[in-house]
Amino acid sequence: MESRAARIGLTIWVGFVLAFLFVPIILIIVYAFNSSNIQSWPIAGFTFKWFGSAFANSEIRTALLLSLKAGVIATTIAVLLGSAVAFAVHRFEFFGKDAVSFMVVLPIALPGIITGMALNSFFVFWGLGLSFWTIVIGHATFCIVIVYNNVIARLRRVPRSLEEASMDLGADAWQTFRRVTLPMISTSLVAGALLAFALSFDEVIVTTFTAGAQNTLPLWIFGAIRLGQRLPEVNVVVLVVMTLTFVPVLLAYRLTNQAGAMVK
Amino acid sequence: MISRFQTAYGTAADALSRGVRRVSAALWRRPAVSAGLLLLPPLGWFVLIYLAALAALFISAFWTVDSMTGDIVRDWTLQNFRTIFESPTNIAIALRTLGIATAVTITDIVLAFPFAYFMARLASPRQRIILSTLVLVPLWSSYLARVYAWRLIFAGDGLLNWCLRLVGFDGVEIGYTNWAMWIVFSYIWLPFMIMPVYAALERIPFSLFEASQDLGARAWRTLFRVVIPMSMPGVVAGSIFTFSLTLGDYITPVLVGGPGSTFIGNVVYNNVGITNNVPFAAAYATIPLVIMALYLSAARRTGAFEHL
Repeated sequence: MESRAARIGLTIWVGFVLAFLFVPIILIIVYAFNSSNIQSWPIAGFTFKWFGSAFANSEIRTALLLSLKAGVIATTIAVLLGSAVAFAVHRFEFFGKDAVSFMVVLPIALPGIITGMALNSFFVFWGLGLSFWTIVIGHATFCIVIVYNNVIARLRRVPRSLEEASMDLGADAWQTFRRVTLPMISTSLVAGALLAFALSFDEVIVTTFTAGAQNTLPLWIFGAIRLGQRLPEVNVVVLVVMTLTFVPVLLAYRLTNQAGAMVK
Repeated sequence: MISRFQTAYGTAADALSRGVRRVSAALWRRPAVSAGLLLLPPLGWFVLIYLAALAALFISAFWTVDSMTGDIVRDWTLQNFRTIFESPTNIAIALRTLGIATAVTITDIVLAFPFAYFMARLASPRQRIILSTLVLVPLWSSYLARVYAWRLIFAGDGLLNWCLRLVGFDGVEIGYTNWAMWIVFSYIWLPFMIMPVYAALERIPFSLFEASQDLGARAWRTLFRVVIPMSMPGVVAGSIFTFSLTLGDYITPVLVGGPGSTFIGNVVYNNVGITNNVPFAAAYATIPLVIMALYLSAARRTGAFEHL
């Protein structure tokens, strides 16, 4: 229906946008193998040596471990709470239902500094020292919506009648949940968890407000870039973080095959 | 032995099953109780931690810090807000943040709309899957990695100047300027615009395009009278992200901005991290909060939340 010129124009535009989206990402991959410690284009040569020196760095290892731990715990909390909200909103009619689904989105719909600042003043208010656990609380708060979005999207697609059939055939509530409901939503739960983990693993804005002396990996990267220190290692760590967020996302994408639920 | 064990196990399982049945039947008859049980933990989390935190933020904005001891003085005062609005610097920072957030949102709409249109209307189902994967990859790739990449691109001997010199231009120094921030923000949040706009365009039935043309509208008229109005909720949903995310950022200004690129977020961050003046930071953070509250309530009317 579109004219030939429009088709050509749109195709060129798509190519341009894709180039815009991917040149920086390809650049990150290339720079991680830069043999020089001066960051200029084109890179001086190809080397693996910065991978070794990055993993030998105990600061980086500690930060990586902390990020993984915080990500796993925050994701677990998010899966439990996010799916609970999804079930409640989908299954029941109650007063303030819109408000609940709105509230769940707030931590990512509001600017990051608001969530960070709010949590920070909350911890200061109650005299809670900033620690590993305050990082986890922050991450869990904005990860809940990711799980919620995934699970509720799935619940809306699976027919309620399957569960009714299960009950009619004599299964009790637990059996129905275990044998019917859970298998139907399990991939959306896993996808939600993977995405929540990826989000947590990469988050920096809220984390700066909720971390005390601890460094997550993104906090380490941010500090190092700002000070202009250890840039060759930064290149490597940045590539590792990108890969570690990318793999769960791709898995999640395969599991859901539905783009709508993936938008943060 | 075994059979006795089996019997005992069977009886216990039966009892358990009967228990489950009784509880589930009771819950089935009282949906309010089930909903309450499901909602209690997440609502507790949100109300006790997050909403309480937002409240704490709002309250502490009306407190001050004793400049001698650094302790928080819990007396109600508008001092922080007065400091903000009486300082031209603070107002300039707020306006700069707003201006760049608006510019980024418009840029992303312009970049995303034709792309999403291609995805929804011209791409084959297979191309559609490939394109949406290609959009989601950068969306979920590390934020810091992508900002850092632009630092490398803008560097004096980086990719940008290399390309410019290749085609015979002089190198440019746009790293550490507001231009750099504008490009980087537009880049970082672009996928957040593409996805909801695509979702909105995809929902427009094919027949509407045909109807519009059958009724004599030319392509441009169809675009402006049918396609764009119907995709508005998607555009608004995307703009919530691009606008809000830019408004609340302080990493990009630090990494690619220059001396004149301070954002609201930087002032907030510095007051929390360096000067330890949490009340002032809280007061300053209420500016984007109020802006977003107005924006979200306006967006809600357009039905954009269906597209989030």
